[in-house]
Amino acid sequence: MNTKRKSCCSVVPLFLLASPVVAADTGMGLVMWSIVLVAFVIALLILWLAIQTKNVIRSYLTGKSEPSQPYENYLTNLQSDEIQVLLDMQRKSDAVKRPGQMAAVLFASGLLAPFTAQAQATGSLLSQEGILITIFLLVIPMVIGVFILAVKIKSRLNQLKNRHQAAQARQLAGFVKRMPLAASIPELLTRKQALDFRLTNQELAGNEPPSDAKGLIGNVQVEVNPPFVARKKKAIQRPKIDPELARLINWFIGCAGFWLLLGTTVGEYLGIKFVAPDVDGVSWLSFGRLRPVHTNSVFWGWASLAMLGLGHYVVPRVSNTSLYSIRLGWYSLILINVAVLTGTLFLMGGINNGGGEYREYIWPVMLSFSIGLFLTLLNFFQTVGTRTTTEIYISNWYIISAILFGITIVLVAYLPFWQNGLGETIIQGYYMHQGVGMWFMLFTLGIVYYFLPQQLNRPIYSYSLGILAFWAQILFYTLIGTHHFVFSAIPWWLQTLAIVGSVGMVIPVVAGTTNFLMTFRGSWHKLADSYTLPFFLTGVVFYFTGSLQGTAEAFRFTNLVWHFTDFTVAHSHLTMYGIISFLLWASIYALVPRLTGQEPPQITVGVHFWLALLGLLFYTVPLMYGSTLRGLMWMEGKPFIESVVLMAPYWLWRAIGGSLMWLSHVFFAYNLYRMLRIDTTFSVRDAAFDQLKAEYSDAESTR
Amino acid sequence: MYFFDNPTKLFGIALGLFLVLTAFVAIMPAMTNQRNNAPLPGSVQLSEEAQKGKALFIANGCVACHTQQVRNVAMDQVWGERPGLPADYAQMERTDFWRNTATLMGTERTGPDLTSVGTRQPSKEWNLVHLFNPRIVVKESVMPAYRWLFDTKPEAAAGETVVSIPDSFKRSKGVVVAKPEALQLVAYLQSLKQAKLPNPSDVPAFLYEKQSAAQTGSATGQSTLPNGQALYATHCQACHQENGEGLKGAFPPLKGSRIVLDPNPKMMLAIILKGYDARPEFGVMPAVGTNANLKPEEIQAIINHERTSWGNNTTKVTAAEVTRLMEAIKGDSTQ
Repeated sequence: MNTKRKSCCSVVPLFLLASPVVAADTGMGLVMWSIVLVAFVIALLILWLAIQTKNVIRSYLTGKSEPSQPYENYLTNLQSDEIQVLLDMQRKSDAVKRPGQMAAVLFASGLLAPFTAQAQATGSLLSQEGILITIFLLVIPMVIGVFILAVKIKSRLNQLKNRHQAAQARQLAGFVKRMPLAASIPELLTRKQALDFRLTNQELAGNEPPSDAKGLIGNVQVEVNPPFVARKKKAIQRPKIDPELARLINWFIGCAGFWLLLGTTVGEYLGIKFVAPDVDGVSWLSFGRLRPVHTNSVFWGWASLAMLGLGHYVVPRVSNTSLYSIRLGWYSLILINVAVLTGTLFLMGGINNGGGEYREYIWPVMLSFSIGLFLTLLNFFQTVGTRTTTEIYISNWYIISAILFGITIVLVAYLPFWQNGLGETIIQGYYMHQGVGMWFMLFTLGIVYYFLPQQLNRPIYSYSLGILAFWAQILFYTLIGTHHFVFSAIPWWLQTLAIVGSVGMVIPVVAGTTNFLMTFRGSWHKLADSYTLPFFLTGVVFYFTGSLQGTAEAFRFTNLVWHFTDFTVAHSHLTMYGIISFLLWASIYALVPRLTGQEPPQITVGVHFWLALLGLLFYTVPLMYGSTLRGLMWMEGKPFIESVVLMAPYWLWRAIGGSLMWLSHVFFAYNLYRMLRIDTTFSVRDAAFDQLKAEYSDAESTR
Repeated sequence: MYFFDNPTKLFGIALGLFLVLTAFVAIMPAMTNQRNNAPLPGSVQLSEEAQKGKALFIANGCVACHTQQVRNVAMDQVWGERPGLPADYAQMERTDFWRNTATLMGTERTGPDLTSVGTRQPSKEWNLVHLFNPRIVVKESVMPAYRWLFDTKPEAAAGETVVSIPDSFKRSKGVVVAKPEALQLVAYLQSLKQAKLPNPSDVPAFLYEKQSAAQTGSATGQSTLPNGQALYATHCQACHQENGEGLKGAFPPLKGSRIVLDPNPKMMLAIILKGYDARPEFGVMPAVGTNANLKPEEIQAIINHERTSWGNNTTKVTAAEVTRLMEAIKGDSTQ
């Protein structure tokens, strides 16, 4: 009878949830199915909770009248202390009787209320793939939230159950008190003695004091004060690398840090201009001129230099050899810095290439950049040529291909033979997206394939998944460029191809994300102990969501809503910042302390991480929300200026988020300084040992 | 795999695949387009002045916020009469030795699309005031002020273009005159127009047309008359302002205007349809109604909004009256 009622009450909510779905099942099957699925999951959770509640109530009701099992069952396998209690009890012959009172069990029916699913069948928006993917990405945290809620409710129910069982315990105690024990005292004593037997803990070690004859124990913490922030592990000393190479890499990363700070200071100022357009009236600082300064300096200055610096470590390391030429590295560093510096000045002075995004530097500037790339390519290729490993590690697949492709796209974008008329736009679509995907993304993935396993101290989950992602990335990413010009005068088939390629990108993204997350598997506890792994994890999560968002944006319908709005700006920050910058920071914090032997203060690394992450979310979420509304407004044909008024608060939020991000870069710069500075503090300990060493060697030589 | 242990082969294959795909999706389509493309017969070459203006447009990165492409979707109809075609960009070639071609199609519409701004807003006075500080004419605008394209002097010399700027927007006393750069930029903006297609049947359709009025009307049960205030905001407000008071010395007020309050709407309708340049103290009014292809009921909504707002209080016009008068005015112009 019980079971019948149970199934009854589980079917009812399910039916209630499902009924509107069945009613409106025309035309938008996919939406309905996903709603049905979510409703089904929630219904299952409700059912599960209902059963749990029922158990509590039943045990409450039944517990009043009779014990759930004979008391004797509780009294098997007695522990030593329990026997002691029995012995004590027996000693005190007069027992005080107290009737057990049942605890009142509170039935929190209200807890079950919040599950109401809204299965509303709304307009055509919900039948669009891009919107669906976005909803799907939003549903993931929601389902997790519902799951956590259910777990919480379950634990609350458990507490109620325990309260009821406390009453049973009192009854059991009463039963024990009434037991005739006198006869079994000797038996109990013998048993207690047996249970009390303990090893001395010195059977194996003997009585000698401990010693560490092989020097295996290090990093002993002497301070025992409670830490103000979570204590993270120190970087492990790595085998010494060539100090000349270390110097080169440090310079790459130092310059990258400079361009990040400069580029984002400009970005911050641009964000302010949306809120206060009359903040200045200087031509060199006007919005149109500064915007490319911001984008190009964080692209070619920050991300590119940081990647190349890390690459100079990874490429020889995974080839188990030394870098072919450090001199070439310096040339390339200088050429790229010259390119970004002159490019920035040209842009501010009003000299640019014609307005294609990331193609604003004129060709002599980009020539300097690509010669720098070419020298690096030569350097890396020769290094791989002299490797002492048989295979070419996957990192080098990604890194060297990224440089090859980087040079290719710059050539395609700047050679003048195919740039007339709409040709310029077709090339522009190709260039701006290949720059992101085949240069930044590919290179950064290569770096992560080295540093993530290294930081987790375990091999990458699947080498072949990495190779699959590599070829799939080349195949699909190359096609997607023109999705920036959907509905434009570009050939329709090319637009369609770009959309198809964008969907194909699911393959490398899912393969890469799976690979990284599975490498984390079993090592999640390391996350709390490390100051690099949170950056890696954030980068990987954004790799998944940010890239799939790109797919969602490419569909024709989503182009109606989001194209030309700030949604694109939010997306590019989620990806270039959330993916690329976070992964680069992770790798920099992993590498530089090993090169210089100096670690950044952990608290400022933490501040950097949280400010950057929160800033990014404050920046992107309002911007995505506002620009969706803006796009819908345009579709309704509202006056344009109304959509400008609409955006004002979201632009303010963007400026606030941008300020947090900028602040995090100040901390990053400080951390870089702490890692890179030449230590001039006087170490009493080192000096003392140096003195002793000198004296000792003097004695040696005079002898 | 042994094959992939050879760097030359591995990276050769990767690069080869990338190059083939690059040729297929970028270089070949671009070359094809370049070969099979020609300017439309109706298109006009940029004047020398406008050419210099385009250089300024590029130098100041205006493309960061302004697109120049009308997509073939209904929501873009406000930016042009027809969707953009490859031919529209056919006459654009490499700018100079240092700079690439600039189609300036753009990827962001923080501000309005400019494909046909020369038709939509041809007034030189408006453009100059707007460039000096956009917030003079559009108070919610976030566009930068291009003050460095202007000079403030005690007195204008002969031949200089004086721009009438309200005192609150001036940094110092004196008159504001446009530098040649400002005039060049305006010349470029005025030149931005869509060329007519020789054969109207070749015009590609706008996709994603909104559901027809009858359908939405029956579904929601609401009236489907165009919203006069919204239409006014789109077509009139930039000059005559939201409060209908215009801008002193540049655009006349509609509040209390004799033409607006005239019980006979013929003059008002004619101005909306064909433009107006009878008063030297104010800028030229473009033929808004004709340029934007306004339907009779839309014009009716605008007229009625202007006749009953800001203290204006005169009789509304009917759709039949507007249609009849429009025929009459068309008849006048053909004679």
